[in-house]
Amino acid sequence: MLQARLRKSFAPQPDSAGFTLDLEFSATAGITVLFGPSGAGKTLVLDSIAGFSQPDEGRILLDNEILYDAAAGVHLPPQKRNCGYVFQNYALFPHMTLRENLAFAAERKPRLERHRRVHDMLEKFRLTEAAGRRPHQVSGGQRQRCCIARALIAEPKLLLLDEPATGLDAVLRAEFYEVLRQVRNEFATPMLLVTHDLTECFELGEEMLILHDGKIVQKGTPRSVLDEPSTLEVARLLGAFNLLDCEIRTLDPGRNTSRLQVGEFELEGPYFPGHLKGDRVTLCVRPEQLKVSARNGKPGSNQIPATLLRAVERPHGVRLEFSAGGSPTPVRVTVSRADYESQRDNREWVVHFPADALRVL
Amino acid sequence: MEIDWFPLWLSLRVAVLSTALAFAGGLWIAYLLANRQFRGKDVLDAAVTLPFVLPPTVLGYYLLVLLGRASPLGKLWEAIFGSPLVFTWKAAVVAALLHALPLLVKSARAALESVDRSYERAARNLGASEWKLFWRVTMPLAWRSILAATALAFARSLGDFGVTLMVAGNIPGRTQTVAVAIYEAVESGNGALARTLVLIVSAAALLLLTLSNRLSPSRL
Repeated sequence: MLQARLRKSFAPQPDSAGFTLDLEFSATAGITVLFGPSGAGKTLVLDSIAGFSQPDEGRILLDNEILYDAAAGVHLPPQKRNCGYVFQNYALFPHMTLRENLAFAAERKPRLERHRRVHDMLEKFRLTEAAGRRPHQVSGGQRQRCCIARALIAEPKLLLLDEPATGLDAVLRAEFYEVLRQVRNEFATPMLLVTHDLTECFELGEEMLILHDGKIVQKGTPRSVLDEPSTLEVARLLGAFNLLDCEIRTLDPGRNTSRLQVGEFELEGPYFPGHLKGDRVTLCVRPEQLKVSARNGKPGSNQIPATLLRAVERPHGVRLEFSAGGSPTPVRVTVSRADYESQRDNREWVVHFPADALRVL
Repeated sequence: MEIDWFPLWLSLRVAVLSTALAFAGGLWIAYLLANRQFRGKDVLDAAVTLPFVLPPTVLGYYLLVLLGRASPLGKLWEAIFGSPLVFTWKAAVVAALLHALPLLVKSARAALESVDRSYERAARNLGASEWKLFWRVTMPLAWRSILAATALAFARSLGDFGVTLMVAGNIPGRTQTVAVAIYEAVESGNGALARTLVLIVSAAALLLLTLSNRLSPSRL
């Protein structure tokens, strides 16, 4: 188990703004995903844990071993930390064969064990046939597996992965997720994975930490975070929501209802605890939770008339973008292909906002 | 015509020895410059490069002051080896070293720095000591450039004239290197000897530079 409390400041420079990393988290068995945009400090967190970067303050504990403690003046060198690190470019030694790459890492183990461990890892990661080749002579998938095998061979107490799937094609990416799931099932090593890809969080993450500007702004399972982003900031970072300005007109805790004014239209929603009547808030709703249909006369309840701006084909369905409710940004709705085909000749549209899908931030 | 081959033989010996010393010392300095942060790093870098720009007479003067029979180092040498250092062929080695070292340090530093840092991070992460990291990762990835630099340093130390003349002198059969021998052959009107030595030295240098270029990774 990893427990980390980190603080590191970078003073503003003439060519860059200052930055402060200040966070606290723990990671247990399974995969913990560190999600955030570029520049949020994700890699800095990994580097601090691996010992490549020294924080200003804080404490890093790995299975009760102190890796770093500012107060006690402990800062173990990377060699002594026993954290596997899967680098973004894999960093397999180009002058060594895959087997030699593994053997290099296995030298921390007793001499008698090494050969067997290398053999086992080659087998486990389906690398036996390619073992005698150099990294540039093998496929991307083999390189990727070799990198993970190399990181795991010395039985690290933690595996750090720095955007390992960035830049991979779809096939390799799927293969990579499969390998990581295999690692999760066969090794007890906790993994800390850095990514800016929300899909990846869902593919792999049991626990997700959202990092923004050096701080953790939300924690939870990927599902819970997507269902209930805690702040507008998080909703923006996830990039998976329609965000519309609105005003709370009524709130009725007894009947668990509320009315929201969006532009010139009113929507009915659930009761929103913690808000007051008259609050100006942001309506937050996912594109796949909305529905569309042809407009027949006056819009019904929870419907807003909309003008179709464009339809974008997606691998799974079609994303429609509407101008609706006076929102300056388009309202996005995801529908199935069949749904779109049956409605594509609509002249006028309405967007349905199901009451139970509405959230405000 | 009877040609005295001694100057060539001496130059070869001087070049081999000074290149070996430059390799050992230069690699270490290059490693420090490439990997460590310390006070006076800029000064060390500049000091190592100084022989590139200073006139040979200035360098020769420094060496005479530093290693002469009256200097502490000169005395120490004499106490250990029983004979003075200056005006022996060993002084010619020091003179050649002065030119080989900056070449080696500059090129070796560039070679070490050109190795992708992520390999070094990976090695450290995998528990490799700095020693193991250097010999098993950095050097194998940089050896072609470093060897190219060594060939260049060897060629340069074959050809020193000014500093050698000042600290080793021109004693035929003892400290007369090929560059000095050519000078004397020209001065004394021995055109045949001068021509022969000039051609041999040029051919050797051409060969070494070609080798150095072949080794440079940029040619791959």
